[in-house]
This record gives sequence, structure tokens and C-alpha cells, in this order.
Amino acid sequence: MTKPAAATRSIVIEREMPHPPERVWRALTQGALIEEWLMENDFQPVVDHRFNFRATPMPHWNGVVDCQVLVVEPNQRLSYSWNASSEEATGGLKTVVTWTLTPTKGGVLVRMEQSGFRPEDEANYQGANYGWQRFIGGLERVAAGLG
Amino acid sequence: MRATTNELFSTLADPTRRAIFERLCRDGEQTVRALTDRAGVSQPAVSKHLGVLKHAGLVRDRRAGRQTHYTAQPQGLAPLIDWMSLYGAFWRERFDRLEALLNRMDQ
Repeated sequence: MTKPAAATRSIVIEREMPHPPERVWRALTQGALIEEWLMENDFQPVVDHRFNFRATPMPHWNGVVDCQVLVVEPNQRLSYSWNASSEEATGGLKTVVTWTLTPTKGGVLVRMEQSGFRPEDEANYQGANYGWQRFIGGLERVAAGLG
Repeated sequence: MRATTNELFSTLADPTRRAIFERLCRDGEQTVRALTDRAGVSQPAVSKHLGVLKHAGLVRDRRAGRQTHYTAQPQGLAPLIDWMSLYGAFWRERFDRLEALLNRMDQ
């Protein structure tokens, strides 16, 4: 008997929006629109297409996400991998982001699930590679809030 | 030993202690004396800070003759890295921006 892979965890965010699914779909799949709310990108709604999201680097993250389109079902479902970029891929995140649009009376239920967070994603953290210096700059403020 | 998140926060909240830790991360192994020369506080104070850092798992020490050498253990910060909460906050903020964009597209 092989041991099952360690359980992974997901983030799920759902919000009903008073808009037609087609409009939300455009915002999720047109590069210029995606950039307005998410990040700079070279996304194409084509299965297997590889692309990047690029943002201002922040603590623990160089601002680059390596992605590949997995599912494109217009106005219903969109899925892409969301991985740590190659520069910091060792021990980095390997997750999948899936958008599901479900029509409702008042518009559409937008559901985002980011799945595949492994327990070791935290344990594999290597301080020097993730810009922890900038992070701990904010610790004083956080610690002050701990009382 | 694994430090709690609270212990790590309080350990690194002290600016002098944080500076010592940052210096060890940046410059590699250092003696207490070398750290004292740069810290702007007394050697006993530096030793005390190093003791707190060691207890939190952020440094380890090595005795060589009369000198104690300290090395940073940046992996000791791991308990602070919670990808789930980072991404949770990230996506909630992006949902707000998505809604704002959809409202603009409606006009």
C-alpha cells in the first residue's frame, strides 16, 4: 500500500455579482481587462497556452507567476496552473486556479478556487530566496498589534 | 524546537535584534565581538539578543576557543510564511478590483 499524497488545501472565494456571465468572462479572459484588476499578463484563452502574470515584487514573491491554461469553457469555467516562477521554483508553489461562473437570478456567482497548497510549501521556505528582509521590515508594526 | 509565530514576531520586533539577525543573514558567520563592533550596544547586550534569537531558532552558535561564532538560520522564519493567508488577502482584494472593473464595463 502506498501512502496517499499529503492532503493539499484550497482557498475558495465566492461572490455574487450583478453582471451577466459574458461580461465577467471577458474580464477573466481578455489580457488588457485582466491587467486592470489582476496583473500584467500574456494570457490567451487557449488550452495549453503558457503565460506569466507579472506584478511588483512583494515579500516572499518575485512578482512572476508561471501559468498554463488548463480549461476554457466560455462563460462557465476557466482554469490555469499558478506556479512559482522558475527563478524560485525550488520548493515553490504549485497550485491551480479555477474560475467557475454560475448564473443566478441577479447576475452570476463568481467562484475562485486556488487549490494545491501543500503543507511543505511553508516548510520548504528558504529565507534568503524570498526577500524576507523586506518582510521583516513590517514585523514591528505587526508585533505592535499583538500587544 | 520550533518557535511559535508569536515568539518569532516578538523576537524580531526589537530593531537591534533584527539588525543583528539581518547582518548574520547578509554577511554569514560572525563572532560576538564582530557583531558588537557594529551593533552600537554593549557586548552583554549583544549576547543577550543572540540568546533570544537562538531560543527562537533564528541563529545557531559554535564555540571555537574563546570565541563564540553565530550563524543565521533564516529557515527559522518558516512559521511566519503562511501562503494561504497571503493569497486569501490577495484574492479578496482582486475580487474588489474585478467588481469595480465590471461596473465600469457596464457604463
